Amino acid sequence: MSATVAPIRVDLQLIADMVQPGGRALDVGCGDGALLAYLTDFKRVDARGMELSQAGVNACVANGLSVIQGDADTDLRAYPDDAFDYVILSQTLQATREPREVLKQMLRVGKRAIVSFPNFAHWQVRLRLVFGGRMPQTASLPHKWYDTPNIHLCSIDDFRALCGEMGIRIERAIVLNRTSRPINLPPLLGNLLGEQAVFMLRRD
Amino acid sequence: MEQQVLEDLTDAERKALAQCRQAILGVERPLRLDCGVELGPYRIAYQTYGTLNAEKSNAVLICHPLTCDQFVAESHPVTGKDGWWDSLVGPGKVLDPARYFLICINVLGHCMGTTGPSAREPASNQPWNLRFPVVTIADMVRAQAALLDHLRIPDLFCVIGGSMGGMQVLEWAASYPRRVFSAVPIACAAHHSAQNIAFHEVGRQAIMADPDWNGGDYRLHATNPARGLAVARMTAHITYLSEQALQRKFGRTLQNRDALGFGFDADFQVESYLRHQGSTFVDRFDANSYLYITRAMDYFDLAGAHGGVLANAFKGSPTRFCLMSFTSDWLFPTRESRDIVQALNAAAANVSFVEVDSDKGHDAFLLDEPEMFRTLSGFLKGAASARGLK
Repeated sequence: MSATVAPIRVDLQLIADMVQPGGRALDVGCGDGALLAYLTDFKRVDARGMELSQAGVNACVANGLSVIQGDADTDLRAYPDDAFDYVILSQTLQATREPREVLKQMLRVGKRAIVSFPNFAHWQVRLRLVFGGRMPQTASLPHKWYDTPNIHLCSIDDFRALCGEMGIRIERAIVLNRTSRPINLPPLLGNLLGEQAVFMLRRD
Repeated sequence: MEQQVLEDLTDAERKALAQCRQAILGVERPLRLDCGVELGPYRIAYQTYGTLNAEKSNAVLICHPLTCDQFVAESHPVTGKDGWWDSLVGPGKVLDPARYFLICINVLGHCMGTTGPSAREPASNQPWNLRFPVVTIADMVRAQAALLDHLRIPDLFCVIGGSMGGMQVLEWAASYPRRVFSAVPIACAAHHSAQNIAFHEVGRQAIMADPDWNGGDYRLHATNPARGLAVARMTAHITYLSEQALQRKFGRTLQNRDALGFGFDADFQVESYLRHQGSTFVDRFDANSYLYITRAMDYFDLAGAHGGVLANAFKGSPTRFCLMSFTSDWLFPTRESRDIVQALNAAAANVSFVEVDSDKGHDAFLLDEPEMFRTLSGFLKGAASARGLK
């Protein structure tokens, strides 16, 4: 594989930094494979991908990455327990039909799960809805209400609550600002000022 | 001392053997077939391109489909046509002999030099014909492995093939996982479906209904069931094409005439095309071999051979897989490739899967499909890097 890899998105870099070198990882919704390539090249991770769009899959495989066409909602079930050290779902949870089941499957298949998602309680979202009276469109939620793939949006607090309900242990939670930089805030403020969040989870 | 294989070579076999390599195997250790028969000695005809490197790490086995053979990338000794995978194999192509040692082996039971039903049974010195043991895909692969032993090639960087070739690839990965670094089964399935078997049965019945077939002993009677074999080929050929491809290519266009002939000549171009496919096929293919090879495909059921669970065939597999299917292939539809992918996932194997958008039907894997070439080239690049192959 080529040694030069274009710099990856800041939030993907943050996820990559959470992954210990040398393990096995599955990136669900791996897109064009940027994170996979990074994990393979720089972290010696045995990295596999699953992607819904055929164009994305074909691009990944043509770049030498191990990727299959698949759907987070249905195809995680095919994998055996503990098949991976990490199962990664970046910016995709909100687009799944059954986010709760997807989380459950991720933590069955992987020893740890890394999940990132846009925060629907970000102050801009709140303002647009409260004062604009329209469905919010922001940098991390760019779609119009009628063409958005995001059918299960949640806030950072919602996500924490679900983890609590499901008995999932939150090992790390990182809140990102509008430029995808981590910000250190108490949870209440994080839920207001964070545009997105990255969680590292494991079974309790 | 090398023992002779008893046979009366056909013209086609003679021409083939003059243009490829061969090995007589099974002299000391006969090949134990799935049906229980021990076969030996037997001849394996094969072709190679490129050079095996000092580390023996660049060997690639190309598995041929039903009606192709070992002449992958050169003018065919019988038909004079270009190699069947010229688009993929050759200097500057994805499978470049400058980089890989490419091997293609004529499968057991076939008719291009490898032992098949036209050889003689050693015990009786009579032609086997229909007494030749029914061979399976696993038997073909066993014979290929025996040839690699003979050539002292411990393992393969890649095993690749489409259709029946893809079945062999799957069998290789299941039976010899440590000898297969990467595997590329294209446009295939882990078993032959009822529809696949049905089409093959029509072909076989056409051959057997030809009076010139003579219960399989046609050479004894100096006949050739060419009409039956041609019909078998015509039927099979339809299954290799998509409805769109046939429509685009022929539509209802008439053949060399302005109006319907009100008879049963080939009025339509598509009829003429199929007749041509049938009549040229009989020059290069043996009718009994056609029965045997189609049977081998019908018998293929990788899950069945592993307790009914396909994933068991790949348990702990170290092989890197890349599967490809084509959107308009109704003979081996994408769904069947996806079943294999799911089984590989269940076995936690390393797998990539690409469905190529094409309207050319099953035959797409033999044609110029840039998406397939790109995928394969990327997959091989990744595998070569993992293997440390320069």
